[in-house]
Amino acid sequence: MNLTANSPIQLLSSMMLIRASELKISIEAKKQTFKTPIHLAIGQEAVAVGVAMALRNSDTVFGNHRSHGHYLATGGELTSLFSEILGNADGCSGGRGGSMHITSRKTGFMGSMPIVGGTIPVSLGAALAHKRSGSKGVSVVFFGDGAAEEGVFHESLNLAAIMSLPILFVCENNLFSSHLHISERQKSSKIQRFAEAHQIESHEVDGNDVRKVSEMSNKLIKVMRSESKPAFIEAMTYRLFGHVGPEIDEEIGFERERDLKTWRKRDPIERELNDLIREGILSRETFATLSEEINQSVIDCWERAHRGVNPDESTLLQNVLMDF
Amino acid sequence: MTKFVDSIRLAFENELARDKDLIVIGQGVWSPFYVGSSMKDLDKKFGKERIIDTPVSENAVTALALGYALMEKPIVVIHPRMDFMILALDAIVNAAAKWRYSLDWKTPIPLTIRAMINRGGEQGAQHSQALHSWLSHVPGLRVVMPSQPQDAYELLVQSIRSPDPTIFIEDRWSYDINSEFTFNQNLQPLALEGPKVLVEGSQITVVGIGHSTNLIIDSLEFLRGRGIAEVIDLRVVKPLKIETILSSLAKTKRLLVVDASWNDSGVAGEVISMVMEKIDFQLKLQPQRLTLPESPAPTSSSLESAYYISGSEIHKKIEKMLKSLT
Repeated sequence: MNLTANSPIQLLSSMMLIRASELKISIEAKKQTFKTPIHLAIGQEAVAVGVAMALRNSDTVFGNHRSHGHYLATGGELTSLFSEILGNADGCSGGRGGSMHITSRKTGFMGSMPIVGGTIPVSLGAALAHKRSGSKGVSVVFFGDGAAEEGVFHESLNLAAIMSLPILFVCENNLFSSHLHISERQKSSKIQRFAEAHQIESHEVDGNDVRKVSEMSNKLIKVMRSESKPAFIEAMTYRLFGHVGPEIDEEIGFERERDLKTWRKRDPIERELNDLIREGILSRETFATLSEEINQSVIDCWERAHRGVNPDESTLLQNVLMDF
Repeated sequence: MTKFVDSIRLAFENELARDKDLIVIGQGVWSPFYVGSSMKDLDKKFGKERIIDTPVSENAVTALALGYALMEKPIVVIHPRMDFMILALDAIVNAAAKWRYSLDWKTPIPLTIRAMINRGGEQGAQHSQALHSWLSHVPGLRVVMPSQPQDAYELLVQSIRSPDPTIFIEDRWSYDINSEFTFNQNLQPLALEGPKVLVEGSQITVVGIGHSTNLIIDSLEFLRGRGIAEVIDLRVVKPLKIETILSSLAKTKRLLVVDASWNDSGVAGEVISMVMEKIDFQLKLQPQRLTLPESPAPTSSSLESAYYISGSEIHKKIEKMLKSLT
């Protein structure tokens, strides 16, 4: 990948924005400012950011229950996300979706839904629309290792391959489905094997290395745009917070305390920051300023969102169907 | 005169020619064993890129169709046997029915799901089910069931043009129904459609759901004298509109609903409940329904004929209700 002078800092600042936003959400969740269940992707930011940098607004992206990062990395407005989490009328989903159903159509983030694996086949249809229109657009779907245990995942890989659809499957393999380690769910921890079975080009990347993710995404998406075919990235990562809620859940699951120590050392933001400093692209001082700016904008967005109101009761039955 | 099956093909031919973005996808769309003659030569005329036969993946193909419709491009996904469509319920109930509301989408989602009830012929329990009642339980879907050739054409065209996910359910037993047909391009939006009176009568209102309406029409042959039974074809199962039924009842004061699907928690019961909630006059006797026996569909022809509703069975029921004074 040919990194322009700005792009490394862009990768870092996008990850920082996601981290700061999710930390803010976790603080407010602890204060019980809202009830909607939150699934934080703290520790996994590099996957969303690395992939998103290869995309255009006319591409289409589908998420899952853990999608704040996907939404923000692809350019979704932070205030609308916060408003949605607060259940407000001006939220990205009008206060009908909460944290698990978010969308930003104009930036290409089509939507997230919490049925595990549920959006994988939906993303194929958007890919088919890209292919038929000749726009060279691509579709991307983010899912976890748990989704690989759903039958529809297999169906989708087969369809994508046989129909030559421009779809990038991005598996964020964080080794856990809720509390259950992958070794207790599958015979192998390599999700890539399913793509291989369907003759889809697949690559494993260090999901905590934003440059590696970005480089791989750029490479694959460039080919997909010209050849219309699927590709698969398995990004190895780890979530530093619990499956659901604002806690770190140190006591839950298979040797989590030990793993947390290991994975904190691989924090994608720390790693990218250290690289940039070592390369002389960023100074500690500039980082401090950047950090302050991002934190301030998160606070501002939260306050703006907080001034919103919940939808009026009279809107309950609106937009169930379009025509009525 | 046009046959039901030909009117379906005509709807596809018309819409495929009109809208270049429209595609049709599903298992067996290139094969008469799955879709009868309803798709005959459409793949040749419009190309296999637009008439797409698929792997055996009901769930993924249905969700794929939703994804295409989310791009505001119309698509029809075909399930040649509704029983197999059960595998696609996640795509239908969790994704298609919820996308607009849960994400507050304001753009059209022109998804049509064409489901075929293919029963009889000793096919048994998993090639026979009429599951419209399940789908009608879910907000966010439209469900239509034509019984007449004109409606098969019109409701299919209207479904394709509808901005909402719509389930179009047809019964293979209706395929040879042959009746007057007028080619009409200027159709009103699907949302304005509802039940229709097919035959006027003064003594009893008989509501049919899907192919059951044709069985009701068969039963009229046994009724002495015309103008006794008023036959209403429900046509639109969801959202259910009962005004036409209420107007009819104001005259007949007797209600029979015929639905060749199971009784409990079914659409026939729903029609009766909605009528009883809204009616402001007395009926001559309590509303009745004629539905399938409480068992899966059998195969043996003796059991099959006991299982399915016939015109003469409807006739007997009507006669009994006409005689009843309570």
